[in-house]
Amino acid sequence: MEVLIIGAGPAGLSAARAARAAGARVRILDAADQTGGQFWRHLPGSRPARAERVLHHAWDDYVALRHELVEDRGVRIDLGAHVWAVEARDDGLRLQVAHGVPDGTDRPVEQLTPDRVVLATGAQERVLPVPGWTLPGVFTAGAAQALAKSERVAVGERVVVAGAGPFLLPVSTTLARSGARVVAVVEAAGNRRLAREWLRRPHELVGVGAKARELAGYVGHHLREWVPYRTGRAVVAVHGTAAVEAVTVMRVDDAWRPVPGTEERIACDAVCLGHGFVPRLELAIAAGCHLTEERYVDVDDSQRTSVARVYAAGELTGVGGADLARAEGTIAGWMAAGGSPDAPAIASARRRRRTLRGFAGRLTAAHRIGAGWSAWLEPSTIVCRCEDVTVGALRTVADTTGATGLRSLKLTSRAGLGACQARTCGRTVEDLLGHQLVIDGPGTDRRPIALPVRLGELASPRTHPREETNP
Amino acid sequence: MKVVVVGAGIVGAACARALSRAGLQTVVIDRGSAACGTSAACEGNLLVSDKTPGPELDLALAAVRRWTETAAELLDELGPAAPDLELLHKGGLVVSRTDSGAVALRSFTAGQRASGVRVDDLTPADAHSLEPALAPDVTGAAHYPQDAQLQPTAAAEALLASARRAGAVVHTHERVTGLLRRADGSARAVRTERGHHEADVVLNAAGPWAGELAAALGAPLPVLPRRGMVLVTTRMPQVVRHKVYDADYVGATQSGDADLQTSTVVESTAAGTILIGSSRERVGFDDRIDVDVAAALAAKAVALFPFLREAQLLRAYVGFRPYLPDHLPVIGPDPRVPGLLHATGHEGAGIGLSVVTADLVAALVTGADPVLDPTPFAADRPSLAPHLEVVA
Amino acid sequence: MSSRSVDPAGDPVLPGPSSPVTLTFEGRSLEGVRGQTVAVVLLAHGTRSWRTSAVAREPRGAFCGIGVCFECVVTVDGERDVRACLRRVEGGEHVERQED
Repeated sequence: MEVLIIGAGPAGLSAARAARAAGARVRILDAADQTGGQFWRHLPGSRPARAERVLHHAWDDYVALRHELVEDRGVRIDLGAHVWAVEARDDGLRLQVAHGVPDGTDRPVEQLTPDRVVLATGAQERVLPVPGWTLPGVFTAGAAQALAKSERVAVGERVVVAGAGPFLLPVSTTLARSGARVVAVVEAAGNRRLAREWLRRPHELVGVGAKARELAGYVGHHLREWVPYRTGRAVVAVHGTAAVEAVTVMRVDDAWRPVPGTEERIACDAVCLGHGFVPRLELAIAAGCHLTEERYVDVDDSQRTSVARVYAAGELTGVGGADLARAEGTIAGWMAAGGSPDAPAIASARRRRRTLRGFAGRLTAAHRIGAGWSAWLEPSTIVCRCEDVTVGALRTVADTTGATGLRSLKLTSRAGLGACQARTCGRTVEDLLGHQLVIDGPGTDRRPIALPVRLGELASPRTHPREETNP
Repeated sequence: MKVVVVGAGIVGAACARALSRAGLQTVVIDRGSAACGTSAACEGNLLVSDKTPGPELDLALAAVRRWTETAAELLDELGPAAPDLELLHKGGLVVSRTDSGAVALRSFTAGQRASGVRVDDLTPADAHSLEPALAPDVTGAAHYPQDAQLQPTAAAEALLASARRAGAVVHTHERVTGLLRRADGSARAVRTERGHHEADVVLNAAGPWAGELAAALGAPLPVLPRRGMVLVTTRMPQVVRHKVYDADYVGATQSGDADLQTSTVVESTAAGTILIGSSRERVGFDDRIDVDVAAALAAKAVALFPFLREAQLLRAYVGFRPYLPDHLPVIGPDPRVPGLLHATGHEGAGIGLSVVTADLVAALVTGADPVLDPTPFAADRPSLAPHLEVVA
Repeated sequence: MSSRSVDPAGDPVLPGPSSPVTLTFEGRSLEGVRGQTVAVVLLAHGTRSWRTSAVAREPRGAFCGIGVCFECVVTVDGERDVRACLRRVEGGEHVERQED
């Protein structure tokens, strides 16, 4: 039996190890040219560094896991493997995989019909629009992290990190270790809410272990380096002519509505925004996986999705960080390979999953996007960056047509129709028109063409599974 | 007189507008959102080029005129804030790539010309001067200056907004479950899952779902969905100036064959993306994307425009085109239930034909003179009558 | 210049030797390090915008850094729609601003 794992981040790699332990062969696909996912995104092989671990959490675990999988003849790792379509056919899933560089031309396309699949496609950042957020110098927090960890480039010299969630802290820490000065970390959640969610029922935090240590480490860094961690505040505007020059920070209430009279201008040359994470759902949706009401992949206790022989793990099933992803991946890989649900091999992963899910639930509650955030928008603020659709234009179209359908509103306003296919603005458009829209099913997350493919590649004959072994 | 229009796609929207403007009290009901079915999953064709001489071509020629007027009316009425209809009289260019295809195309255009279509037969060199990026192996071509394109969803929403301004009331997310009839058998009201709406006239404008609706209303109609897939590229600097299609398109629209058929239609949109259509399959309401179909479309498009080989596919969608066994729309009263009318079965032409369909419906309801003879589209026409079940 | 490479001399990751590569962009020859992406070579030279947005014609560059937002697309050696944040530089690439 072979288990096909899509995604080589913490969840996917853990699934691979567990599937091997349960006796299955494993094939891993990832679009990146190295394993590790976004969490362990690192310098390429052509740029060795002796102390890369200073930028990472659980780096040694990753190195050991990678070594084990690369050495294992029962594991095949395909990097630069771009899964651009999953078809839910009557006889099972069929995958289309382009092998080569991202956005290449004439890449061979392989067609796969796997026995067992573990989806571990992770998450992407959710960024709320802010007036001025299209200026050069505004990045997602994840971009700052990725560029610093895997490229050793700092996005600016004086940087404001803003948004919500514990992720802002490692981003700020990495920036500091990359020579940038973080002038403020601006967290929208207020102290009262943070205290309520972080501190209630402390006994539940026993066993969170590494995760708590990781967060404690970041907090320590901020205290030592005198980085102002400003809670209950938000960047409500970014200023500049050709590029970022400053931001306006305001206090926000519990619903994230700016409090008048609290404006404060902070000079900076880069802004990193992140308001949480959303799962990368396109493959799961195309596979036909049922989603939860919060729009994560619905899985049972064995990480099984609603589709036969398809499992899911990691951020796809609920955002909870790398440790939870590893526990879920372990269970998913083991179960996908036909392991017994009661096996001792996954007992500890089950315990960790329970504890970490509780912890993740608290973080989500503490940093959940407030319903009043849109009060900081101007009519001229761009919502859809690809098509340059402003808040005002979106609302005018919605008012003129009275449309309740997402499809119609996308097509008439062009929001979400551009190059990113609503990956950046989809949830925002849904939020802004929420009072009017009736959203059925996966809303803006449905993308049957999951990654771009050239028409020439699509038109060329597709190959059957390639017989290759690990290099 | 009270009218209930079931279906808020472009045909329902156009009819609701015409009826409410004629002074009728009009209610539109859709089980989902407006303009989110076929009207949001097609290409926005306003074509004469793909029609063989006959009643549908007459309808299309009338539609070409009516859309120019209607677009101006809508802009005037709704103002520039309304979504742009993107009505573009870009013209169609049909090309053949075999010698026999060139001969067939000539005889086809001759027939159309005799029926009032403006069409110019072109040499391959003429075709290349109109579309320089065309593949070199063109054997013949025809240019149809009347062919046009519009943004179908914007058009449907604009027509519906106009209908509202004329007094129509739109209820979305309400499913029609049946018809209440008077003692004489005529329509009295439609029953929905939420209650009922009184109606002297009920119009079935449910597109590909019109068969299902007709059955629920007690007057089954053999409307079936034909699935069509469209591919969309990223924005490109190259512009395809016309609607360019290969000559076998005509065969595909008229065929009842269940197998996959594709013929290439390539055109640029106002946004700069390129649309590639369209496949035709009879697979029911299955909205999954089939990569084999997408690949076949891509291969044909690349053969027609070699530069597309390097174009990036951005998205793909499928829509369902309603058709009847004789491949003509049905526009008019149901002979079995007084007060019930149908306006459906336009197959791939509903966007273009919607406004003139609405003119016919309004004339039939109010007793005014129709713009053209509605008889060929009657529900009891000889080619359709055998398919109508007798209602008890 | 606001975005830039970490100085290897003071870098806490203790980088080993790296080899240089160059690309050309708008007539300039920009040096980078083998393994860097196109976006990073541009950023390391302080270039933060290299695309004009489709409708508002605003300057744009890298935003998400992980291939999700498609803001950073460029034409590389005539190949359009290449996400600069994902494409590694091999050396000698001719990178162009894309016109939609």
